[in-house]
Amino acid sequence: MSLTLYDKLWDEHLIKTDDSNESLIYIDRHYLHEVTSPQAFEGLRHKNLKPWRLDANVATPDHNVPTTRGKTFYAESISDEIAKIQVVELDKNCNDFGIRQFDITSKKQGIVHVMGPELGYTLPGMTIVCGDSHTSTHGAFGCLAMGIGTSEVEHVLATQCLKISKLKNMQVQFNGELQRGVTSKDIVLHLIKLIGTAGGTGHAIEFSGSYISSASMESRMTICNMAIEAGAKVGLIGVDSITLDYVKKHSNLSNAMHSKANEYWLTLRSDDGANFDKKIIIDVSQIKPQVTWGTSPEMTIDFDADIPSAKDISEENQENMSLAKAYMGLEKSKTLQELSFDRIFIGSCTNSRIEDLRDAASVIKGQKVSKDITEAIVVPGSGMVKAQAEEEGLDTIFMEAGFLWRDPGCSMCLGMNPDQLKPYERCASTSNRNFEGRQGNLGRTHLMSPLMAALTAVNGKITDPS
Amino acid sequence: MSNSIITGIVAIFDRDNIDTDQIIPTEYLKSIKKYGFGDFLFDGWRYLDEGKLNMTADDRLKNDDFILNQEPFNKSNILLTRDNFGCGSSREHAVWALRDFGFKAVIASSFGDIFYNNCFKNSVLPIKLSKEEVSHLFERASSSPDSFEIDLLKKEIKVDNDFCYSFEVKDSLLDRIVHNLDDVDITLKDKLLIQEYEKERQKQRAWLFDYSN
Repeated sequence: MSLTLYDKLWDEHLIKTDDSNESLIYIDRHYLHEVTSPQAFEGLRHKNLKPWRLDANVATPDHNVPTTRGKTFYAESISDEIAKIQVVELDKNCNDFGIRQFDITSKKQGIVHVMGPELGYTLPGMTIVCGDSHTSTHGAFGCLAMGIGTSEVEHVLATQCLKISKLKNMQVQFNGELQRGVTSKDIVLHLIKLIGTAGGTGHAIEFSGSYISSASMESRMTICNMAIEAGAKVGLIGVDSITLDYVKKHSNLSNAMHSKANEYWLTLRSDDGANFDKKIIIDVSQIKPQVTWGTSPEMTIDFDADIPSAKDISEENQENMSLAKAYMGLEKSKTLQELSFDRIFIGSCTNSRIEDLRDAASVIKGQKVSKDITEAIVVPGSGMVKAQAEEEGLDTIFMEAGFLWRDPGCSMCLGMNPDQLKPYERCASTSNRNFEGRQGNLGRTHLMSPLMAALTAVNGKITDPS
Repeated sequence: MSNSIITGIVAIFDRDNIDTDQIIPTEYLKSIKKYGFGDFLFDGWRYLDEGKLNMTADDRLKNDDFILNQEPFNKSNILLTRDNFGCGSSREHAVWALRDFGFKAVIASSFGDIFYNNCFKNSVLPIKLSKEEVSHLFERASSSPDSFEIDLLKKEIKVDNDFCYSFEVKDSLLDRIVHNLDDVDITLKDKLLIQEYEKERQKQRAWLFDYSN
C-alpha cells in the first residue's frame, strides 16, 4: 500500500490505539523552554515522578529573555522580576531533574526552533514535541513535529509518549521558480491567504513540488513553521539530499552511524500514489511579495494590491473585517504602500536564520534606516546564527544602516520581554502572528519577509523589491 | 456524576478566529502557576488599561461594553462562538483562564487543534457543531442566555428543556472530564508496553540513542 510521509512516521512511532481511536505514540525529542514548562515540572514533583528518558530532552530559555544582554548577563540580571522567576525556575528544574539546558549564559542559546536543528538535535524521522505551536518547524527534516500544551509537556516528560488521534493528510505542492524579491515567507503567507487560518485544521500538511525540492533547509523551516498559521499543527517535507547534507553538517553522529541512518532516512518520503485527503497545487512563479493588512495571518495581500473593502467579501465576514481594520487603523487607507511605519523587527523562529539575515542585509547595504522609523532591530535566532552573521560582516551592514544588533531570543514576536510595540505603533515584522496585541498592547503588526522588512526600514514605507 | 451536566449562562462571541493571544495575552504567561488566570481572560477586550500579572480585576479599568463585564454574563459558564476558536499559540494558559473564570464548555463551529486537546486536560468541554447549528444557537442564546443544558453522558444540548442538538466527542476524552482522570496515570498503566517499544527502537534506530553533546 502507498503511504504518505505522515502515515509512515505515524506507524513507526505507534505504540497502541484504544477503542476511541486515540493512540499512544513514542516521542524521540522533547524541547523545553521557560514559559510552558514550570507547571509540568511541578506536576512531576507532585506525583513523585522522574523524566522517563533524560537524553530525549533539550531546554533553553527564549520567550522572555531580554535581547540587550551584552557580555556578562545571568538569569538574575533580568530586570522584570516576574520574567526572571521563570528563567531562574527553568535553571532550577533542569538542574534538579538533570535535563540538558543551553542556559541564558550559553553561547549556543537561542530560539528553541532555531537552536535545535543547528545543534543537530533534530534528526530526520523523529517525533518532536515542545510546548510551543511553532514546533511544526522541525517537520522540514521529515519529522513528525508538533506543539503541545503544558499538561502534555508533563505527560511526555513522565511517559515519553503522547496521547493523540491521527490527523488527515493534506498535500500542498509548490511548483515553479520564484520571482525576484519573493521568498519562502511570501509563499507560505500566500497559502494562508488562500486556505485561511483553519484551512489545515485536523490535517498534517506535506509540502512538496519543484520549488520545495530546490529550497534550502532554512526556507523549508520557514514554511513548516507557518503551517500552524494555516491551522495545521503538523507541517512536513520529505527527506532528500539537501536534508541529509544539512544533518551531516550539523549533527555530531559518527560517520558509521550516519551511513546506518541514511538508508532509513531516504525512505522518509511519501510513496508515489499515496492518498491525500486534500490536495492543493500552487504555481509559485505567479506569487508577488506578500504583506498582511489585518489581525489574522489570512488577512494577506500582494504588497501592491488594494486593501480589501466591504464589497470584496461575503456578508458573514464583514464583522471580522471591520474589527480588523479599526484595530489596524486602516479605515481611510486604500493600499499598504501609503502607510507610514514606526518600527522594524527582523527575527523570530520564522525568520531569524542566517539566510534571512543575508537576505535582509543584501537590500540595505550602504543605505540608512529612514528617519521616520523610531527603531529597527535585528535579532538573530541563536548564538550560532549571531556568530556566523558577525563572521560574514552582516552585523556591520545592519549597524551602519542604523539597525540595532541584538542578542538571541523570541524578542518582539510576542511581547513577553522588553521588546514591545507601544500602542498604535505600526511595525514591519518578519514574525508569524499579527494577532491583536501580539507585539504589545494595541500594537499594529504587518507580517512580511526579511527582505521586505529591511526595505521598509530604509524607505519608511512598503516598496517594490524588484 | 456531578461533572456530567452543565447548565448556566451563555456568553456569545460573534467573531471567527479568536486566537489564544486574545484569550490570554503573553504578559500573563510569565506565571509559574497553573491557577489564577481568570482575571486575565480576554484581557485586551475586557479592560481599557494595560495589566500586569500581580494585578486583579479590581485594580483595572473595565470596558463596560464588553460582554463579560455585564450582568449576568460576568457569571457565564458556557461560551458560544464561531469558527476556529483557540487557534494560534499552544499556551494551555488559555484554557486555564477560561476554566478559572468559570467556563465549563465552549461551543463553536471549529477549534484550533492544540487548544481542543488542551481543553480535556482541564475539565473544559469543547463542543463542535455545524455552522448552521451554531447560528441557530446564537439566536436561542440571544433571547434566553440562561436556558442551555449540556448533558455530557448523552452528548446532547437542550435549550429551554427541549432537545436541540447532539454532538460528537471521543469517549476517552469525555471520560477525563466526567471522571476527572489524569493522563499520566492512565498512560503509566502501559509502562511495560512503552519499555518494550523503546528497547526495540534502540536496536533498530540506534542513532537516536547514541547522541551526546
